[in-house]
Amino acid sequence: MSSIKIELRKEDVDKINEICDSFGNEQSELINVLHKTQEHFGYLPAEIQEAIASKLNIPVAQVYGVVTFYSFFTMTPKGRHPISICMGTACYVRGAEKVLDEFKKELSLQVGQTTPDGKFSLSSLRCVGACGLAPVVLIGEKTYGRVAPDDVQDILKEYQ
Amino acid sequence: MRGRMTMETIKLTIDNKQIEVEKGTTILGAARRMGIDIPTLCHMKLDDLNIENKPGGCRICVVEVQGRRNLSPACITKCDEGAVVRTHTPRVMNARRTVMEFILSDHPKDCLICPKSGNCELQNMAIRLGIREITGQEIAEMSTYRKDTSPSIIRDLDKCIMCRRCEMMCNEVQTVGALSAVNRGFMAVVAPAFEQNLEYSPCTYCGQCVAVCPTGALTEVDHTGDVLRAIADPSKTVVVQTAPAVRAALGEEFGMKPGSLVTGKLVSALKELGFDYVFDTDFAADLTIMEEGTELLARLGKFLNGDEDANIPILTSCCPGWVNFFEHNFPDLKDVPSTAKSPQQMFGAIAKSYFAGKINVSRKDMVVVSIMPCLAKKYESQRPEFSVDGNPDVDFSISTRELAHFIKQANIDFNNLPDADFDRPLGESTGAGVIFGNTGGVIEAAVRTAYELYTGKKLSRLDFDELRGMEGVRQATINFDGLPINIGIAHGLGNARKLLDDVRAGRSTFHAIEVMACPGGCIGGGGQPLHHGDSSILKARARAIYEEDKNKTIRVSHENPYIINLYKEFLGEPNSEKAHHLLHTHYFDKKAKIIVKQ
Ligand code: SF4
Ligand code: SF4
Ligand code: SF4
Ligand code: FES
Ligand code: FES
Repeated sequence: MSSIKIELRKEDVDKINEICDSFGNEQSELINVLHKTQEHFGYLPAEIQEAIASKLNIPVAQVYGVVTFYSFFTMTPKGRHPISICMGTACYVRGAEKVLDEFKKELSLQVGQTTPDGKFSLSSLRCVGACGLAPVVLIGEKTYGRVAPDDVQDILKEYQ
Repeated sequence: MRGRMTMETIKLTIDNKQIEVEKGTTILGAARRMGIDIPTLCHMKLDDLNIENKPGGCRICVVEVQGRRNLSPACITKCDEGAVVRTHTPRVMNARRTVMEFILSDHPKDCLICPKSGNCELQNMAIRLGIREITGQEIAEMSTYRKDTSPSIIRDLDKCIMCRRCEMMCNEVQTVGALSAVNRGFMAVVAPAFEQNLEYSPCTYCGQCVAVCPTGALTEVDHTGDVLRAIADPSKTVVVQTAPAVRAALGEEFGMKPGSLVTGKLVSALKELGFDYVFDTDFAADLTIMEEGTELLARLGKFLNGDEDANIPILTSCCPGWVNFFEHNFPDLKDVPSTAKSPQQMFGAIAKSYFAGKINVSRKDMVVVSIMPCLAKKYESQRPEFSVDGNPDVDFSISTRELAHFIKQANIDFNNLPDADFDRPLGESTGAGVIFGNTGGVIEAAVRTAYELYTGKKLSRLDFDELRGMEGVRQATINFDGLPINIGIAHGLGNARKLLDDVRAGRSTFHAIEVMACPGGCIGGGGQPLHHGDSSILKARARAIYEEDKNKTIRVSHENPYIINLYKEFLGEPNSEKAHHLLHTHYFDKKAKIIVKQ
């Protein structure tokens, strides 16, 4: 019941409005609006959900409901070095899960989370089309192939 | 041939009995008509009010339809011609138990100390299905969720079974949108945005989510302990007021049939509980009519003179759920509602000034308690503008349900209590004050007084049937001696939104609009005995309220002798400076704001 105030930068508000406008401000386009917005900002923090709700004239609780229902939406920003582990069939068969577990352990992180210092984030991907190199790990723009759990520490050292 | 409009019908068999129903009827609907009571949990339907929750999610209502491989949920499956339905085969019974065990595997087992115990639909279902053990409980880990306490409502979502009735009430009926289903799987709950506390959402505290929650997940904040302590404190003079809708519903908590009027027993019970003065909020309702009616006539006078600032239509302001709603959703129209406080707050202000002076008790030694059908009144009593130096005009507001518990705990045999009368002077009221409990009642009471004050004539009839009923939005034109006054009525906030959108767009042709947040008005309030989806209970309460009005010797507010006296001794005139200071308020803009950083 208390009135809520949120702050956003002008260019961010403009971008959100532009995306909503491009979908005709249709409430039924919410999922597409969220997709486009996440593409732009990398994640969907509360402020941005508030702005979308207000522009599309729907309750913010419903926007949040959709964001939490679909696993591809995230409310946490990606780390400066986003780590993605391929979970496609080839990579999976060649032990991607063990590699993922190793990253989780090393960074004390779950999939979808970001380290408190904002350095690393962890996510999993579908086949990235480099099956010959399986298992594949992407960190930012860089691709690592044939990664074994033992390599994980060394890979992370590159980003110290 | 198409000559006549005939309803298309369908014949089917349920449990070996034939029935013919209108096309589109669900198996559940058909079965109920035959007296076959298929169990339901998520489904809830309030006939006449156009309210239905049918997510088809829980599957407790499954039945066997011959020729279909899977069992069908009766609440969302439409009847087919010639269908053969069975509602209690071994397969059906097994499926129902499995569903129930699945729900219970993620539900706390502390029923003994749950506020809903004895009145919980989930508990009743477990009893009905004879569940004795929950298989698979070892495997499933129970999800836990933090408790959220707001000024009116407690959310204990460990007990949520995801029936989504609350979400339907908040979004579809009230169009508040404070609640949404969030997360998935075992972590799924209904919550405000970002799983914040309700306090930081646009919640109006109407309590309609609480009124329909089948479990202990949503309950009211219990203030009976505070009241008990105040009564036990010899230094305090404890004054109680009871709202109109309470007398038409309290009896249900003691096994009486819906619509039993228990005014006299209610007064006796409050005296037994040890309140020093037992008064009636209806007195303050009469006072509201004096203030709001005078304001209406003043604005109307301006309007008829062509004054641009007349601010017509006037909106009633006696429902705090509604006030919260327009502060959040229509802050641009916050000068349109009457400035009159709600009866609860008028009562508090008069009790702690006029009455305290009369009995020579200082403000700080007086405790004002209100018995309300309402959860929004809890929040309202805590609004800072309704206190003087930190001392609130109304100290504690408790619901009809809380009062029932309180009476039971005090070992009072309610059903056998003798009738007693309210104390004077704040206990005398008119029939006009009583009908505040029903949708349309406030405006009917206002019409009775405004008509007589405006025309100087006595009304030839006091019952305005055109203002009554359960239709969500109603309108009527009342002839004020040649002057047609257009009246709008809405109950349920979604209906109110429709009328407000018209006002905002300049399309409204009404002179006055009554809004009540709860479907049916206060008789259907969030603090009333639970209706469990039976709308005949609400209709019985509404009838009882009109009956109480009929039984009163005085039925127009301006003839209440104690009101006349209050103005003579203390307030002067309606809308006088003193009346304004004590009985009127102002509203705030509470819309969520997006601030743009440059
Ligand atoms: S009290 Fe009313 S407004 Fe608040 S969450 Fe419940 S239904 Fe919605
Ligand atoms: S809080 Fe109550 S009404 Fe709402 S979904 Fe959960 S069990 Fe149903
Ligand atoms: S209609 Fe009555 S019970 Fe419901 S919120 Fe308004 S005042 Fe309270
Ligand atoms: S499966 Fe990993 S790159 Fe194809
Ligand atoms: S009552 Fe039919 S699915 Fe829940």
